[in-house]
Amino acid sequence: MTNAWTDIKNTDLVVIMGGNAAEAHPCGFKWVTEAKANRGAKLIVIDPRYTRSASVADYYAPIRQGTDIAFLMGLINWCMQNDKVQWAYTKAFTNASYVVKEGFTYQDGLFAGYDEAKRDYNRDTWEYEIGPDGYAVVDDTLTHPRCVWNLLKAHVATYTPEMVERICGTPKDKFLKIAQMIGECSSPTKTMTSMYALGWTQHSKGAQNIRGMAMLQLILGNIGVRGGGMNALRGHSNIQGLTDLGLMSNLIPGYLNIPTEKETDLTAYMSTRAFKPLRPNQMSYWQNYRKFFVSFMKSMYGPAATAENDWGYQYLPKLDVPNYDILRAFELMKQGKMNLYFCQGFNPLQAFPNKAKLAEALAKLKLLVVMDPLQTETARFWEDHGIYNKTDPASIKTEVLQLPTTCFAEDEGSLVNSGRWLQWHWPGGSPPGEARTDTFIMAQIHLRLKELYRKEGGAFPDPILNLNWTYKNPEEPTPEELAKEMNGSALVDVFDPADPTKKVLEAGKQLSGFGQYRDDGTTAGGCWIFSGCWTEAGNMMARRDNSDPGDAGTFLKWSFAWPANRRILYNRASCDLEGKPWDPSRKLIEWDGAKWSGYDVPDIAPTAKPADVGPFIMNPEGVSRLFVRKMMRDGPFPVHYEPFESPVANVIAPKIVGNPVARVFKDDWEQFAKPGSPEFPYAATTYRLTEHFHYWTKNNHVNAVLQPEAFVEISEELAKEKGIALGGWVRVWSKRGEILAKAVVTKRIKPMTIDGKTVHVVGVPIHWGFVGAARKGFGANNLTPFVGDANIETPEFKAFQVNIEASTGPVA
Amino acid sequence: MNMELSRRTFLKTSGAGIAGTTLGAFGFSEAEAAVASAVKPFHLANTAETRNTCTYCSVACGIIIYSKGDLRKGEKADIVHIEGDSDHPTNRGTLCPKGAALRDIVKSETRLTQPMIRKPGSDRFEPISWDAALDKIARAMKDDRDANFIATNKDGVTVNRWLTTGFLAASATTNETAFATYKVVRSTGILAFDNQARV
Repeated sequence: MTNAWTDIKNTDLVVIMGGNAAEAHPCGFKWVTEAKANRGAKLIVIDPRYTRSASVADYYAPIRQGTDIAFLMGLINWCMQNDKVQWAYTKAFTNASYVVKEGFTYQDGLFAGYDEAKRDYNRDTWEYEIGPDGYAVVDDTLTHPRCVWNLLKAHVATYTPEMVERICGTPKDKFLKIAQMIGECSSPTKTMTSMYALGWTQHSKGAQNIRGMAMLQLILGNIGVRGGGMNALRGHSNIQGLTDLGLMSNLIPGYLNIPTEKETDLTAYMSTRAFKPLRPNQMSYWQNYRKFFVSFMKSMYGPAATAENDWGYQYLPKLDVPNYDILRAFELMKQGKMNLYFCQGFNPLQAFPNKAKLAEALAKLKLLVVMDPLQTETARFWEDHGIYNKTDPASIKTEVLQLPTTCFAEDEGSLVNSGRWLQWHWPGGSPPGEARTDTFIMAQIHLRLKELYRKEGGAFPDPILNLNWTYKNPEEPTPEELAKEMNGSALVDVFDPADPTKKVLEAGKQLSGFGQYRDDGTTAGGCWIFSGCWTEAGNMMARRDNSDPGDAGTFLKWSFAWPANRRILYNRASCDLEGKPWDPSRKLIEWDGAKWSGYDVPDIAPTAKPADVGPFIMNPEGVSRLFVRKMMRDGPFPVHYEPFESPVANVIAPKIVGNPVARVFKDDWEQFAKPGSPEFPYAATTYRLTEHFHYWTKNNHVNAVLQPEAFVEISEELAKEKGIALGGWVRVWSKRGEILAKAVVTKRIKPMTIDGKTVHVVGVPIHWGFVGAARKGFGANNLTPFVGDANIETPEFKAFQVNIEASTGPVA
Repeated sequence: MNMELSRRTFLKTSGAGIAGTTLGAFGFSEAEAAVASAVKPFHLANTAETRNTCTYCSVACGIIIYSKGDLRKGEKADIVHIEGDSDHPTNRGTLCPKGAALRDIVKSETRLTQPMIRKPGSDRFEPISWDAALDKIARAMKDDRDANFIATNKDGVTVNRWLTTGFLAASATTNETAFATYKVVRSTGILAFDNQARV
């Protein structure tokens, strides 16, 4: 989230699209209710199903899953055509006026530089024209034919209300009503908030769905303001924290990158990370990258990270592909190229697509290690559960270790919520039996592996032998030690570079924030964006003062928010070019002629003059990007691409199947239904129920009673057509597998008309498996396709094709 | 009675354990004492209270865990109840159908309580000691890493990566656990490293 749950009360219009907060985030949704009750805010819900969020909406419109970009580009087009733009904001705070290089083109669904064989672009022309002064060329009049504004206008012109109806199935009058309601928020004194979740991310173009709305929010002037923002509701309790800490193939904590093999040394690595400002006076805060990187390396390797060895640069692995994400990992496993696999509180046999492929892959491992508080299907993938998990255990040679871990109620530490608040919690109960903390297990693995390398030698033992592990009890570091390490500390006395007699930091003391990070090895810090969380003043994450001056919804003394305790990102953009709030009734910060201050920590240098320094301080432009340059693989503007399996061909680019740059493994192509295939005529989607959380709560008796068994949801029309009765059994199958479930026949789903063709939707809740307290059921991932988003490889769980028939149900 | 009395203090002073003496001090008659003694003691009396965060979604509702026994006093603590924290600015004491049943996930019959091993070709899990399990893991990692570690690529560039072992991290663990996990996994050269944010 750019904003916070408690900030939603400040909005005038809530748009829930790509999520279902009332059911999936019920306690957060209360803030929508607050805004409606206390401010007269309106709620719009756009969803293939008439959800419980929709049931309390002021306006609901259906949309076919996988077509959000067409809808969002349609909204941008409508706002541009109807002058619903916050002009002062758009001109000053976005790259609308920036001139793009000659040679940049867009035609028939593809941008300049497409290579069909590689399924990739040469993105060289997706950049600004650079002037003789070394800065990006801008045209403040917005008349240059290649300025971003005019390119965008041409790009979105295709997405007329009629085209939106053809692609999305949203009736034109409903689309126009929504466009008018959203257009009103172009006023500087009206704001709209976007609340989204997996309904936007789980697509082969998920990142571009989100960009589409971010672009709309920017031209409406809704980013950085109270009641505005792009608000990812997020799933697990610390999914934000794990991302922040970079537990991903290609990341270093704080959104730094693991080097690629082209970056042969630190100089090469840093050469593309200078972040030289693209306009005069801009902060371009990533210019501090080296400080964050070196301090991280000091945290990892302590005294072994030196200036002479590039701070241990060669201790880091180098990537040969963009990512060894989980889809790639299972593909390698299936090919017999993965021998050992660890699942720490993760149940991939349920959580990833194409269960048959996953099971085949797991059976090729030598050793699977599962650490979990609960039984999981993954740990028991080899166990025969009849139709729910048919196996021959004798033929599966994988050894499995299942290690019992503590759960939230038994451990201590911090979690990051959707609004980036790091909240500390304390253990309230003793672990059951022999369960241990994950930190104990990880420490043991490290110490035992290190001991083996110390005794026996072996392949490049240096990064293991030199890992900084100076905890008081190395067998199990404490949460306090680890939190302090992430915050960062001074390793030696540090003096002011301008005045060597002036000591600015004392050896061994905690840093007060990332502003104190250094690139000379004198500071260590594990995760720069968390810095400030545990300072010399103590544990900032444990703060529990719930006062809220000005009723702003910021709660600055409750826990700690990254970065720098800031509650609304880009909050400088809540003020105009004189530094005055666009909406005085919703003041967040303000320029008093000398400095910035207010109800939030300013997202700008405290003395940066408002007319000089742009609000988007992480960007070398100082402004936000409607045109994202070469930073996304599938285009600088979002384009409507159909899901890899779709009921119709792509109306705007009939030859293109799916996202033209998404990675697809060879065997998986053969397991996709062709667009419009009569074998798989129905558009399926997956979703969650309010009574269940993923695959956990089926282990909970209470939740298993509330929602005891698997079902699929279909319209009355489809039920009639197929002779399916309410509560009767159905078989649903895709090109990858099948499930049996009860049918819920409902008015909540209606058939849609897509490009003149009737399309039925089949809804598949995800929560069932073969272990736990609920009745056994089939995971939705028996059906879903093994393909991810083109930029970040989130699987396409939300849009795929199936067939359905009445069935007699499972035979025991 | 002090009307400023907080809800917390009220709960503490209304505990049944002190009923006998307090009732006498208030001047109750025998009949009233008999009625009072028949009332079921308040189930949260004499419990330790701990602030925690709901383990499910990222709304991150504040919760209070009530347990018999207090970990802060070095005692064994048995969780008897979990409810919303009314001081928390986001949820203000409320919980959803998942959060309201948190105690039962902590106490689930399918909680794991001891390390287990499933041997190749076997149709069951068998107990294994922590020591043996952890030694087995370290040995398997060492052998696989030594056999498959890639120090340089075909162009002779140092790449120091290990691709035949992968690690999926949990996103319901704490930041502190995650950071310890990051350090251990990254130090080995594993690149197939991922977490639930991917899905």
